[in-house]
Amino acid sequence: MSFDGTLSVSEGIATIEVKGELDASTAPRFHDLVDQAAEQGAVRLEIDARHLGFLASAGLRSLVFARQKMGDEVRIAVIGATEPVSRTIRLAGFDHSIELIDA
Amino acid sequence: MTVQETRERVDAFPTRRIGGYRVRAGRPFPYGAHPVPGGVNFSVYSDRATAMRLVLFEKGAPRPVAELEFPPEFRIGSVYAMTVFDLDAENLEYGFRADGPFDPRTGDRFDAGKVLSDPYARLVSGRDVWGREPDWDDVYPYRANVLEDDFDWGDDTPLGIPTEDLVIYETHVRGFTRHPSSGVSAPGTYAGLREKIPYLKDLGVNCVELLPVFEFDELDNPRTDPATGERLHNYWGYNTVSFFAPKAGYAATGRFGMQADEFKTLVRELHRAGIEVVLDVVFNHTAEGNEDGPTISFRGLDNATYYMLTPQGEYYNFSGTGNTVNCNHPVVRDFVLSCLRYWVSEYHIDGFRFDLAAILDRAPDGTPLPNPPLLEQLAHDPILRHTKLIAEAWDAAGLYQVGAFPNYGRWSEWNGKYRDSVRRFIKGEPGLVGELATRMAGSPDLYGGRTASASVNFVTAHDGFTLNDLVSYNDKHNEANGEDNRDGGNDNHSWNCGEEGPSASAHVRDLRTRQMKNMLGILLTSQGVPMILAGDEVGRTQLGNNNGYCQDNELSWFDWGLVEANAELLEFTQRLIAFRHAHPVLRTVDHPVGSDRVGSGFPDISWHGVGAWRPDWSAHSRVVGLMRCGRHAKGGAVADDHVYIGINAHWESHDLELPGLPEGQAWHLFADTSLAAPHGLAEVGAESELHHPGRYHLGPHALVILVGRDRRTG
Repeated sequence: MSFDGTLSVSEGIATIEVKGELDASTAPRFHDLVDQAAEQGAVRLEIDARHLGFLASAGLRSLVFARQKMGDEVRIAVIGATEPVSRTIRLAGFDHSIELIDA
Repeated sequence: MTVQETRERVDAFPTRRIGGYRVRAGRPFPYGAHPVPGGVNFSVYSDRATAMRLVLFEKGAPRPVAELEFPPEFRIGSVYAMTVFDLDAENLEYGFRADGPFDPRTGDRFDAGKVLSDPYARLVSGRDVWGREPDWDDVYPYRANVLEDDFDWGDDTPLGIPTEDLVIYETHVRGFTRHPSSGVSAPGTYAGLREKIPYLKDLGVNCVELLPVFEFDELDNPRTDPATGERLHNYWGYNTVSFFAPKAGYAATGRFGMQADEFKTLVRELHRAGIEVVLDVVFNHTAEGNEDGPTISFRGLDNATYYMLTPQGEYYNFSGTGNTVNCNHPVVRDFVLSCLRYWVSEYHIDGFRFDLAAILDRAPDGTPLPNPPLLEQLAHDPILRHTKLIAEAWDAAGLYQVGAFPNYGRWSEWNGKYRDSVRRFIKGEPGLVGELATRMAGSPDLYGGRTASASVNFVTAHDGFTLNDLVSYNDKHNEANGEDNRDGGNDNHSWNCGEEGPSASAHVRDLRTRQMKNMLGILLTSQGVPMILAGDEVGRTQLGNNNGYCQDNELSWFDWGLVEANAELLEFTQRLIAFRHAHPVLRTVDHPVGSDRVGSGFPDISWHGVGAWRPDWSAHSRVVGLMRCGRHAKGGAVADDHVYIGINAHWESHDLELPGLPEGQAWHLFADTSLAAPHGLAEVGAESELHHPGRYHLGPHALVILVGRDRRTG
């Protein structure tokens, strides 16, 4: 399973680009990036999911982690998620705390 | 002052290794599996086991990855507890293996060959997608998982709707949106139901009662449809496998193990819409059945504790399903209480309806107890203090406690006598006027000394005919259930209005519609808490099947095409519900007594016949009128109009003399079920004054609802 995540922060907006598969084995790396984004005081977190192929339950759980790590005042968006990924996020009910934005 | 440096917790260190895993003696409470710093704490009770092992699987793996025996020093009393470190909880399934004697005469049925599911498992995998064929040879079919409690409830708080103000809607998570006509993105799921919340709001109900949502196995039914040969499912789900786990197959995200989140989201969104959630819970028996049933959990962990056994060690069968949960054993009481507390605190559930609740007051030897400790405990529990507790106050072994269920001033009951009386009266049976009057007044004969909300009134429920079938079939038609039509009740008190089943006759169809409206009209103007079966508001049919427990198909599913096809009945129901919400006099806490308690000049409730103030209680009478005095609403605390309900179950029309109103007031027509739409139904608050102030001509098989209030001037 391949996963690649990169964090960039610009003008208070943190962007985490995720590629590959976010599951139990790769979620800790994603969590580290969320930690770093929080430490840098981001006011908005964008998760670039255009190249995210698969989201396992641990990956969904990671979105909950991000939500709670970043605090209420920080807006979180998942950008460009594929239909299966965004559908899963919606059905689980996470679209209420996380914005889903088309790429 | 703040702590500058967070020290690592001392209890986060393992003390030894077992089977290559770093572990330490665990905490006995809470039972089950809970994440703790650095690991997961496991705790399980067994009084009679001689050895206990924790069995660990990687998710979905056919064989365990490890088995860790609890050393003697990890046992406190009869509880085995161990913290295991460095586990990947997301990718873990766990169970227990208990060794001990197999001697049914002493109640022991240990089987070290089985991997047992944790009774306290909060997440269970194995039936993640509804109906999907499993590996029948799986050594561990219902697998306990570790759940993280990290759901964001936002500002969700209990709605706290007074019980007497509820309008309950009984529905099935899957059946509500599984039909292709539902138009939701994930049919048959919690998420699908969430998409239909606007419909529920428009209907006006403020409480949904969900058929069982605790994990069960829809594939545990061995029968097939004799006509098609297709597998019959356990569709209703009254056969619990795991009491702390929401049914995964009801979640669109069950395959991701996200069913807890999806269900919590549903509850949160229902609350946002002003709708409470009551769960139908089945504590009277488990899915393990009798001696021949599967060993899933309880039987293998401590059979003699969890089940009522005869002196010979056989299973008592008060539930009619093979076994009976030993509810008043102290350990089992604790289990039931913990379970309900969990659903209230973690899922924000507003109340519970207890299936075959009479079993909950039986002692371990089956004797009914006058003061059953479990029921008393539930009634006074701090966490459950404001939840609704509703009993199905009978069991399958003849214990019938409607009106006599030990209630501690807290419990409500499904009023089975209400159901039968309304059905029989509307059908046209003689000698029922007095009986109907008592039921509409909140059944003070059954619930005297308690509030009127002790009575949950219903005409139909999941078990039995739908409302449409009640007026379309004289007899049940359960052939598709595979038991030669022997299953299901025979005391339906139904009348087909002249023709069995669907009818081409306009006369028959009109009469059926009217009879459905009559029963809805009685239900929603009666004292007590009305409960509507989902789909009755649009005339849902099960083609005469009165026991749809195994029919996971169009027979049971809510056909959304009916919303348009039967728009008239739907609108009638919507407005009736709105009428109830608008008139607090119908929702008064105390039973009406028939006298003037506020100095209004009118009794709180009065009875009428063809002549005003002259009710005809005789055996041949089929007409009754009742007036509720609005000044008595909520004990006189709020202002309301007068409400008159006239009911004619006779096949001829009658002229009803109406009781007089105070000077300046007049009767206004809200609903008359004998008039064809759009006549005979007003908008709530916009009712028109009657042309003839003192009389009302009511057609055959009809019901009229009038509002007495000030004449419009000018």
